[in-house]
Amino acid sequence: MGPIFALFAVIALVLVAFVGAGVANLHFLFGVVIPYAAFAIFIVGFIYRVLIWWGSSPVPFCITTTCGQQETLPWIKQSKLENPSSTSGVIGRMALEVLLFRSLFRNLKTQMVEGTKLVYGEAKWLWLAALAFHWSFLVIVVRHLRFFIQNIPAPLKAIEGLDSFLQVGAPLLYISDAVILLAVTYLFLRRVFIPQVKYISLAADYFALFLILSIAGTGVLMRYFLKVDVVGVKELAMGLIGFNPVEAKKMQEIGVLFYIHLFLVSSLLMYFPFSKLVHMGGVFLSPTRNMTANSRMKRHINPWNYPVHVHTYEEYENDFREKMKGAGIPVEKE
Amino acid sequence: MKIYDGGKIIVGLIVFVGLFTFPFVYNIGKANVMPEPKINTPAINELTEKKCVESKQFMRAEHMQLLNQWRDWAVRKGERVYVNSEGKPYTISLQNTCMHCHSNKKEFCDQCHNYMAVNPYCWNCHIAPKEKES
Repeated sequence: MGPIFALFAVIALVLVAFVGAGVANLHFLFGVVIPYAAFAIFIVGFIYRVLIWWGSSPVPFCITTTCGQQETLPWIKQSKLENPSSTSGVIGRMALEVLLFRSLFRNLKTQMVEGTKLVYGEAKWLWLAALAFHWSFLVIVVRHLRFFIQNIPAPLKAIEGLDSFLQVGAPLLYISDAVILLAVTYLFLRRVFIPQVKYISLAADYFALFLILSIAGTGVLMRYFLKVDVVGVKELAMGLIGFNPVEAKKMQEIGVLFYIHLFLVSSLLMYFPFSKLVHMGGVFLSPTRNMTANSRMKRHINPWNYPVHVHTYEEYENDFREKMKGAGIPVEKE
Repeated sequence: MKIYDGGKIIVGLIVFVGLFTFPFVYNIGKANVMPEPKINTPAINELTEKKCVESKQFMRAEHMQLLNQWRDWAVRKGERVYVNSEGKPYTISLQNTCMHCHSNKKEFCDQCHNYMAVNPYCWNCHIAPKEKES
């Protein structure tokens, strides 16, 4: 049921935008009000999740997970990135995690061979597809800045130039467009075809994939197949950025496909802080990744420890010294 | 309510908000200059019916694809005649057909291309028309 439900949810979103902007002519709602609301919900919701939801949750133990030699005697070589004992080591490990998905790279598959033998093997496809998907998504987001600023700085132009350097067709084919569609399709198919993954997949997992796939799909359609007035799109975007929306007539001239794309992006922004997608911020707040593995050097104090009244032996002896002496029990202080 | 590691979290959030509101900040105080492609060239002014090879709507959205097709037809297949949707024939040539009328690259092509930050590679092979510096 998961994938079917998620598919219909995304189709419903497309229909809402199609009817709203294409039939009912609610261009101001879909071109101005909803994008602003979505952006505000995204920013505020994200801050809420990071600061209130995670920031106020204390970490009781030093629960960093490691897979290398901890710092110990000088003649035993420490694995500085896998088991960092210093802040710079943690930064290195986080950089590997955030930029290259180090822990997905260690993904294993487990199989029974010849009935009785348990065999572990490498499983790098998830890592590869995840890396391809996230990086192409980032390139696409950065590329979209050309709609939101004037006189685009050289580094942004360089990214776009690299992304389109194959010079296929006109408008030029972006490599990231092809990569994101392939990668998201793989990430979806693996949820369907690998039984163990299918078993743990929920509608929310499929929904995020379908939503991103539909955003990339409508974008690709607009660029290469069913054209919209791209200059009109930028004028609308610049109007939003300058808090001076363009007039209704101009908004109507842009094709309905653009409003479907925009509504799907707005849905993604609104959905983002309250779904699994917020791992964008969460990855930085994962205690198993971002804590220093120095539990032998430094005591981790549980933040929710309250002061415990301790009755020491000294106090006990003070209370009962005379009685202890009377019973012939040896005491430390006479 | 206590925030743990609040300093680090707030620095991270400031970076997050800064990155995502970058266009808003970048555009403060900058006027939104809209592109105005001009079609008042001598060749166009002489035309009785001011019409491109296809409709304005089509050219606006599809000109890059059309030019790409023209390139393939002329250079790779040797076909030099384009018959438009109204059955009217045109010579397939950027230099002699397109740029004959639109002889004002700076005021026509570059207007939208610069606005959208696209850099078409037409002029890697073709010679850009000589224009008076205005």
